[in-house]
Parts: sequence; C-alpha cells; structure tokens
Amino acid sequence: MTDQELEQRIREKWGDRIVSYRQSLNGLEIVVRPEDMHEIARWLQSEDDLSFNYLRCLSAVDWLKDGQMEVVYHLFSLTHRHSLVVKVRAPRQEPRIQTVSDIWASANWHEREAFDLMGIEFVGHPDLRRLFLPEGFEGHPQRKDYIHDIERFDDEFADKIRRGEIR
Amino acid sequence: MAQIDQEQKTERRAPARPIRTETMEVSMGPQHPSTHGVLRVVLQVDGEWIVSADPDLGYLHRSFEKLGEMRTYPQGIFLTDRWDYVSAMNNNWVYCLAVEKLLGLQVPEKAEWIRVLISEMQRIASHLVFMGTYGLDVGALTPFFYCFRERERILDLFEELCGARLTYNFYRIGGVSRDIPSGWLDKVEELCDYLVPRLDELDDLLTNNKVFLARTVGIGVIPPAMAIGFGLSGPMIRGSGIPYDLRRVQPYSVYDQIDFDVVTHDGCDCWSRTWVRSQEMRQSIRIIRQCVSQVRQMPQPDFEDPYGPSPHVMAKVPPKPKPKPNDVYVAIESPRGELGVYMVSDGSEKPYRMKIRGPAFVNLSILPAIAPGHKVADLVAIIGNIDIVMGEVDR
Repeated sequence: MTDQELEQRIREKWGDRIVSYRQSLNGLEIVVRPEDMHEIARWLQSEDDLSFNYLRCLSAVDWLKDGQMEVVYHLFSLTHRHSLVVKVRAPRQEPRIQTVSDIWASANWHEREAFDLMGIEFVGHPDLRRLFLPEGFEGHPQRKDYIHDIERFDDEFADKIRRGEIR
Repeated sequence: MAQIDQEQKTERRAPARPIRTETMEVSMGPQHPSTHGVLRVVLQVDGEWIVSADPDLGYLHRSFEKLGEMRTYPQGIFLTDRWDYVSAMNNNWVYCLAVEKLLGLQVPEKAEWIRVLISEMQRIASHLVFMGTYGLDVGALTPFFYCFRERERILDLFEELCGARLTYNFYRIGGVSRDIPSGWLDKVEELCDYLVPRLDELDDLLTNNKVFLARTVGIGVIPPAMAIGFGLSGPMIRGSGIPYDLRRVQPYSVYDQIDFDVVTHDGCDCWSRTWVRSQEMRQSIRIIRQCVSQVRQMPQPDFEDPYGPSPHVMAKVPPKPKPKPNDVYVAIESPRGELGVYMVSDGSEKPYRMKIRGPAFVNLSILPAIAPGHKVADLVAIIGNIDIVMGEVDR
C-alpha cells in the first residue's frame, strides 16, 4: 500500500481521532492521542490489508521545551512490506501511555527501557520494572533535565547497598 | 536427518511426572562462561528442568544514547564501535547512514562499494566468532581455534586498512576515512579462496557433527508467528523460515545491484539458525567477490600521498554538520539482525536524541518465552544461539 492509500485508509476509519499526518523520511507519520493508542495499534495490526505485524523500534524522546514526552513507534508489515510511523505525545509531568506489549511482544522490553531511562509509565504493561538500572535507583537519567551528581549518587547508593535495600 | 529430528524432538520434552519437587532459584551469571559477557539469568528450576528464566540486564550499561547527545555528529562515530564490538564496522555504518539521511548527503559510489565490502567481511568475522564460541558452549573445543584462526586473517586485513583490529572508526559521515591501499584487494580475493574450503571443513567439524546435532536439533523452537511478534531479526528470524533480510526488503547502499540469496531454514530450532549463519558466510563471500570486481573499476587513489584528500571515497561535508530539525529511523542488516538508529535533530550540531535498536537486545527478549521446559544445559545452547553481544544489549 502506498503512503497515500494508507493515509486514505486511516482517515476513513479514524477521522478526527488522528491529530496530524506528515510525510516523514520514513514514510507516512501519524500522531495519535495517548488514550487512543492501544485501540489504533490493535486495528493496525489486525486489519488484513494493513497487518502491521512487526514493531521495528520503539523510542522515547523528551521534549523539555514543549513539556511533553513522545513515544515513536516504527511499524512494518512483513506481509505487505509497507511501513508507518506512529507518534504519541503525553504531558511531561505525568507521562502515561497505554502499553502495546500485548499486541507486539517486542514492545515489552522497549517499554521497560523507556520506563527505566525516561520515566514513561506504560499503562497495562505486565511487568513494568527497571531494565538496565538497579532497583532503588532514583530518577530517569535520559531525561533532558536530569543532573548527574556523582558524589551524592555514590554515597546514597553505597548506603542502600549496606542496608541491604538493593540486592 | 529427518529421523534424528523426530527422535530428538520427542526425547527432549520435559516428561510429565507425577511428583513435583519444590522449585529453586538459581542465578546463572553474570560470571558464567556461556553468558558471553555479563548476562545474568534468574532461573526457577525444578530439578534440572527450567520453570522460568528472567534475564537481568544492565551490567554493561554505558549509556551510549546519552553520551551521543553530548557530542557533535562526527564525534559520535567512535562511540558506535563500542556498541557491538564484534561487528564494529556495521555500527559505524548505521550511525553515518542516519546522519547522511538527515543531511540529505550523497555518498560517492566507490565509498558505497567499499562499505558493502567491509561490512560483509565483518559479517564473516562475526559469524566465525559465533560458530567458535557456540561450539564451546555446547562442548566442541576444536572449532573455536579454527574459527579464530580464520577470523585473524580478516582482522589483519582490517588492520592494514585502518590500523585497528576491533574498534575501527573507519566509516565517516559522507564516506570512509581513507581509500583502499594498493594490493589490498588481491589479499581480499586470496582470503575468499582460502575461506571457501575452510567453511566446508567447519561444517564437517561442527554444523553437521552428530554430537552437535544432538545438542541443537529440536532445542529452542521458535514458531514463525512468535518470531514476528517478538520482532526477531537476522538469522534468528530466518532460522524460522521468514525471509526478512533488510538487504533485500529495504535495500540500502548498493545492495540492490548485488546478486545474493537470502538464506532461510524452516527448522525453527537452534540448529537451523546455526545453519543459516554458516550459509550466510558463503553468501557474503559471493558479495565480497562482486564488490572487489566493482571497486577495481573505480578511480584509484594517489598512492604517493596516502593521507592526502580522497574525493573518490569522501563527499564534501562541513566539519560540524548541522542537519535541519527532523527525525529519521535507519536500519541495516548487521550480523545479528536489524541494527537501527532513531536520530532526532533539533538543528544544532549535536543530535537531540539517539535511540539504538540493538538486534541482540530484541532477540534476547524472547528468552523468557522459549526457555521453560528445557534443561539447564539446553539453556546454554539457546543463549549461545541468540548470538548476544552484551555491549549492544545493555548499550
């Protein structure tokens, strides 16, 4: 399906619920609201003529100036070999986005990574724990306003290990 | 072959036993010879059978994404070598490709062919590491030495090309750092002639070895639908019979002009994925031969001054490129699968955000789903088969 056909198909079904369309360097890009994400993702994956069955990448971007957190999904269809970019933006203070890990299993670890490093809460995720950083780590270091204070970090961390709060 | 298949599959499955013992938690790794670095897997075992496996990552987390945001675009290249240090050239490539896409830059044709040539050599080197270490994991010591002997010849050629053996920093935004030295292409052709019989020998030693078959056939079965759902790529998905190869599906660089086959096998088990890799090395040799004949026809550098300007392999790029605000996702087929970079530019000289989609990271995420029901010794065979490089899983 070409990008124009794809846009037409999505427009017919979802209408106003898609915030915007854009032609990006990776083809058609749509922006959806966080509360619609799960429903739209399920539709994109299950429709026969779309069948976006492969989630290539899930990235989180911190837009500090706009006060927003953005999650970008790069979708691909192994059956029809077309691709789509989906973006979701949520307020930065309390970024809550519906999980898609029940639709694409590969989203599971990507979402855990985004939670760990960016602090985005994926609602409905089966196992939302930190992935890389140890339990008990405070803050989300990939956020743009994260200040890495090595001395404070070392002291507090050593204390926690001594007290047995961290394995 | 089919008979062995059937026997192994029936024998391997955990028997339904009336008496169940209490499960025990075992921490496999981070210091374990078969975890290829510092992977820790928290296992729940019932006797010798695995009930659940939960990988614990982060021991090698070096935060390359954040570090990349603190450096200008050309300064970021050297970091890429350290993601997946077994195939560093491919990491260089995907990073440069992303910046070039953002800048809308055209790379000289000779540089494209050199990139493909180098990257395929790197693929052979990486697969040789896999074959050797995977042999070690399942108990075959000898192939390891043979594989590393062969890999050594490739690394020697890389050393002659760019001076480094592991972290090359060879690809640049707009091309490659220098042209091919005189006589180097002859050595590459010699290497191809040398490798072909060696790969057959390796198949006899390892891939078609009876003991190896007994350890890998029917182990770690991934049905095609599951492979797609978990986003597997590279030999992991092609070993489940799905011809997903980015060099064919979305040809980048000059791969659309190159003749090669996408190797697949529908066994879906550890053995088929090993076989796919062993066949891919032969395809890489085919690609290398085509690249060598192409590069020979291209304009030659001025060998009087090897450090002078090399317009044949380098486009004109400003020293501090500033792409317009935009974002792009670029992926290439690395030896482990789809290696992608999502890069966001805000118009400054540093990337605003860089997300690395590591193939081994995504491939490893299937481990909790396929490990239960196997024995602990088979888990070693499964982890080794995913071909993880922890530097890229943890980043």
